[in-house]
Amino acid sequence: MSDDTAWRRSPGPGPLLLGVRHHGPGSARAVRAALDAARPRAVLIEGPPEADALIPLAADPEMRPPVALLAHAVDEPGRSAFWPLADFSPEWVAVRWALEHEVPARFIDLPATHTLAWGREEGEAVAIPGTEPDEPGAGRQEPDAAEEPDGRGRKPDAADESPTDRQLRVDPLAALAEAAGYDDPERWWEDVVEHRGGTGERDVFAPFAAVEEAMGALRETYGAGGRDRDPVREAHMRQRLRAAQREFGERVAVVCGAWHVPALRAKTTVAADRELLKGLPKVRTDMTWVPWTNRRLARASGYGAGVDSPGWYGHLFRAPDRPVERWLTKVAGLLREEDRIVSSAHVIEAVRLAETLAVMRGRPLPGLGETTDAVRAVLCEGSDVPLALVHDRLVVGDVLGEVPEAAPAVPLQRDLVREQRRLRLKPEALERELELDLRKDTDAGRSRLLHRLRLLGIDWGEPAESRGSTGTFRETWRLRWEPELSVRVAEAGVWGTTVEGAATARAEADAEHASALADVTGLAEHCLLAGLPDALPVVMRALADRAALDTDVGHLAQALPALVRSLRYGDVRGTDTRALAEVAAGLAERVFVGLPPACAALDADAAEEMRGHVDAVHTAVGLLGETAPQTQTAAASADGTGVLSPSGQSPSGHRDLRRRWRAVLRTLSGRETVPGVLRGRAVRILLDEGELGPEEVARLMGLVLSPGTPPADAAAWIEGFVGGSGGGGMLLVHDERLLGLVDSWLTGVPAEAFTDVLPLLRRTFSVYEPGVRRTIGELVRRGPGERLQGGAAQTGGTPGFGAEADAGRADAVLPVLRLLLGLDVLDVLDADNDLVGAGR
Amino acid sequence: MTVSVEPTDPTTIESALRPHAEHAFAAELAALAAQDDRPRPARWKMSPWAVATYLLGGTLPDGTVITPKYVGPRRIVEVAVTTLATDRALLLLGVPGTAKTWVSEHLAAAVSGDSTLLVQGTAGTPEEAIRYGWNYAQLLAHGPSRDALVPSPVMRAMAEGMTARVEELTRIPADVQDTLITILSEKTLPVPELGQEVQAVRGFNLIATANDRDRGVNDLSSALRRRFNTVVLPLPESPDAEVDIVARRVDQLGRSLDLPAVPDGIEEIRRVVTVFRELRDGVTADGRTKLKSPSGTLSTAEAISVVTGGLALAAHFGDGVLRAGDVAAGILGAVVRDPAADRVIWQEYLETVVRERDGWKDFYRACREVSA
Repeated sequence: MSDDTAWRRSPGPGPLLLGVRHHGPGSARAVRAALDAARPRAVLIEGPPEADALIPLAADPEMRPPVALLAHAVDEPGRSAFWPLADFSPEWVAVRWALEHEVPARFIDLPATHTLAWGREEGEAVAIPGTEPDEPGAGRQEPDAAEEPDGRGRKPDAADESPTDRQLRVDPLAALAEAAGYDDPERWWEDVVEHRGGTGERDVFAPFAAVEEAMGALRETYGAGGRDRDPVREAHMRQRLRAAQREFGERVAVVCGAWHVPALRAKTTVAADRELLKGLPKVRTDMTWVPWTNRRLARASGYGAGVDSPGWYGHLFRAPDRPVERWLTKVAGLLREEDRIVSSAHVIEAVRLAETLAVMRGRPLPGLGETTDAVRAVLCEGSDVPLALVHDRLVVGDVLGEVPEAAPAVPLQRDLVREQRRLRLKPEALERELELDLRKDTDAGRSRLLHRLRLLGIDWGEPAESRGSTGTFRETWRLRWEPELSVRVAEAGVWGTTVEGAATARAEADAEHASALADVTGLAEHCLLAGLPDALPVVMRALADRAALDTDVGHLAQALPALVRSLRYGDVRGTDTRALAEVAAGLAERVFVGLPPACAALDADAAEEMRGHVDAVHTAVGLLGETAPQTQTAAASADGTGVLSPSGQSPSGHRDLRRRWRAVLRTLSGRETVPGVLRGRAVRILLDEGELGPEEVARLMGLVLSPGTPPADAAAWIEGFVGGSGGGGMLLVHDERLLGLVDSWLTGVPAEAFTDVLPLLRRTFSVYEPGVRRTIGELVRRGPGERLQGGAAQTGGTPGFGAEADAGRADAVLPVLRLLLGLDVLDVLDADNDLVGAGR
Repeated sequence: MTVSVEPTDPTTIESALRPHAEHAFAAELAALAAQDDRPRPARWKMSPWAVATYLLGGTLPDGTVITPKYVGPRRIVEVAVTTLATDRALLLLGVPGTAKTWVSEHLAAAVSGDSTLLVQGTAGTPEEAIRYGWNYAQLLAHGPSRDALVPSPVMRAMAEGMTARVEELTRIPADVQDTLITILSEKTLPVPELGQEVQAVRGFNLIATANDRDRGVNDLSSALRRRFNTVVLPLPESPDAEVDIVARRVDQLGRSLDLPAVPDGIEEIRRVVTVFRELRDGVTADGRTKLKSPSGTLSTAEAISVVTGGLALAAHFGDGVLRAGDVAAGILGAVVRDPAADRVIWQEYLETVVRERDGWKDFYRACREVSA
């Protein structure tokens, strides 16, 4: 009845063209009002026609936006495009309206089969297009929807574009808004289109007429705006529109980007349009719904042309009235949850400030800018910290979309099946063990796949202890495919369309959210194992950041060995580990600077722990030095005086690292505030490295073991110096001078202090091998220390030996010697000290 | 009778070492007020929009050029002016040297045409400075009366509907601060001795400044805090702006201290500013490496003093050219405030950032020398 009158009120003859701003809540509301008023017989929507079959799923109660239509090439799941839809997207509103009113809805844009093929033709993104699941969505916001399906065809910073052109392509309404002096296109739309002439009953079609007019003017000036594929897409839209008009008559509504409206209105011939659509490349594609998140809608996450503030837009769309008051109340609620004191009086003042600011800036209503300023000044007391929280939780929002189970399988699943086939690795419910030799290509591929799946939380295989060899090129896995893993695969589909791409995206996200340094190091190791070089830069950056801000040298020292280990693994697998080496060197550098102060004033337990760190760092620095020839690094490029040398960028950098490490140890060894065990350890390492001569070591030891040092401290020093099973005992066996120092110190320990040092000494010497212990015991019984007394060591002679031969013992050997040499008479035999020594 | 400061006569303005904002920029204020046709809040000399223009600069329809008084985000000035228009008190926060006082003076001058209703906050600021005092001779001779009352600048601002200013609010003892609560919430100042009160006239408002690095001094009670809208004045946004500010101030200071002219210091100034910014922001200028921030403020003002000190060194003890060695010691002093923690931060910075930077060899060496 009234249908026909309503239709006649629509602007102009022909179909009802509703030019919208993608993801504009204002547009969405206007579209709904216009559809309600016009009640068309069919709704045509800008989007890939392959998705027509998926439209009914939008009515599924389990379907909750934000969601995205995902198109991907069947044979190449990495080639994909997304069309994200939020509940405030006009397209979503149109789809829902059509479903509610049982009116057919059709997508009319160029089929994804062509748009995806375009990307392939140009040979773009052959590598791994699905790496960043966010990025490929050249889709919805841009009026040139899937023009660059992989999002890589044209980066926004393509050289030949002026900023205006770029903005026009991204968002023509934003260009218009900017021309009108607005920084927020949504505000401009609200101000100019929605609040225009608000007297009396508003004409629901007036905004669209106005936009059509403006777009007509824009397109007259800019033509296709540098989008050479638009004519083709628009030709297809016109063709679909004609088909719909034949089927449903004139009463057809079209919801499309405002940019396209003039083109759809234009009079062209069927023949001309057909000509444009001839010979388009094709690729077999598949479509499905995937869940989306607000964060990915937000531009900040790298999504080419998203919206800055999906949360705010959602609020604008949902709030029935008083958007500003409701918004500020929401903000206050959030801040209260975070234990900030925010009273209703605060909210009142914030509303007043926002409204006055709007007046001052000449706007009819406060927008996001005004409310944010008010929140900062009133609710956050000028601080940006809580404001960041507000931005994260409300302005962007934490909404995660849901897709019903009936939606077709995600491409990740297909990719996994393909990989399984390629690597001849069948999913079996029965548990079995798999031995991999990483030197073989297939096995290396299998290892990578399993590691990637683990990163994605799909625990098909679990690493097991190798039974046989422990070489770095062997891996053992325990495999078992559980049915619920399929669910996990579907869930992981959020991360990307290929296993590799998804794992990379997941690793990057994990790296950004990891809290502890050790987590990131573990992740870096995992990335190398899983062969995800593309994730490494992000992970490394996160690692460097965490390392820079971590004030606990212990954490850094723990991270270093794992990193160096990764470095060596990387070598085995032929991964480029230069970035890793650089970060490792930087980490070592930080350890060097932080270690001496961190070693001061530690109690016994802390000192013991720190000793472990010192040893770990020592090993790591050594390995880092060995890895040097393959890896160049800019770090650690100073020569002795710390001056940059041009040759500093050479592999010698790592050797330099070792030198600097020794300097740190020297500092440690000489600092009184450093616990004895650490000083002793430092001296020991320096001795082993040949940095300190035996003379110097003896001097240092004598210093520590002199009566001025508290016995407990001296005992700790000894533990650090010769403790541990790492050949500490042999040192004492071979260098009797040191043993003599220990011996004479020990005998000089006062009786009352002896019980204090006994546990320490016991700990030190009990780990020696029995043979070493016995030898030392014998040496001590013989009394090396006694002979040293009287300054024998200073007057010369081989260390550990008396200045003169022991005539009595030498004589005892003589009969045997005579027998051996066959000499009957040997008048004066110079008893050979060496011979005696060698006998021991 | 009320003691009031007589309007300064023109000859004094001429010879004043530093004229008040409303005198120095009288012509601009007059031009703005004359051409301002937007609605003005009660007793405002001009509309909020014109006040914002006065601070941010611009050109009026008749061609009068308004010089910018504050170089920074427009948003900040807009929020500040709007706050005053909504009769909420304004609290300007910021580290030293971010033009808090300067902005507050110009705001008062533009809004009320008078920036002299000022209470300087110190640890010894008494309650009388904010409420009222007594003229004891009068009080003894005639007993308590309105005539014996000595009003504070705040009281006068209330009575006349003007803008009062409180400098360094957080330095004022907490009990004295709290006398502001009644004034700001009830907009009235009772005088119990006389059984009277002074009610604020429309147009009264208050601008306070506080240093947010000294938060510990006398933190505002939340009751008082609630009466203020807070605007944080940021440090210069871009390195170039900061280098410019430092170079200009150093030049002025050097002249007033009669330092010999030292050429070509700009490179060294750039380095000082870079070091300060990087440590302050906790990230290198290229945004690739994060850093720990030391405990000091490292404000622009400190960068200025480091460069000035370096200039003096170069002029008197060096070869007359500002070199890395001349500023190194100053930087060390500014960065290392806490001898233990800050020193580690500084050395880490030297070893991981400065050492590898092209063309910073001499600077690295100089810093190593003084740090050792």
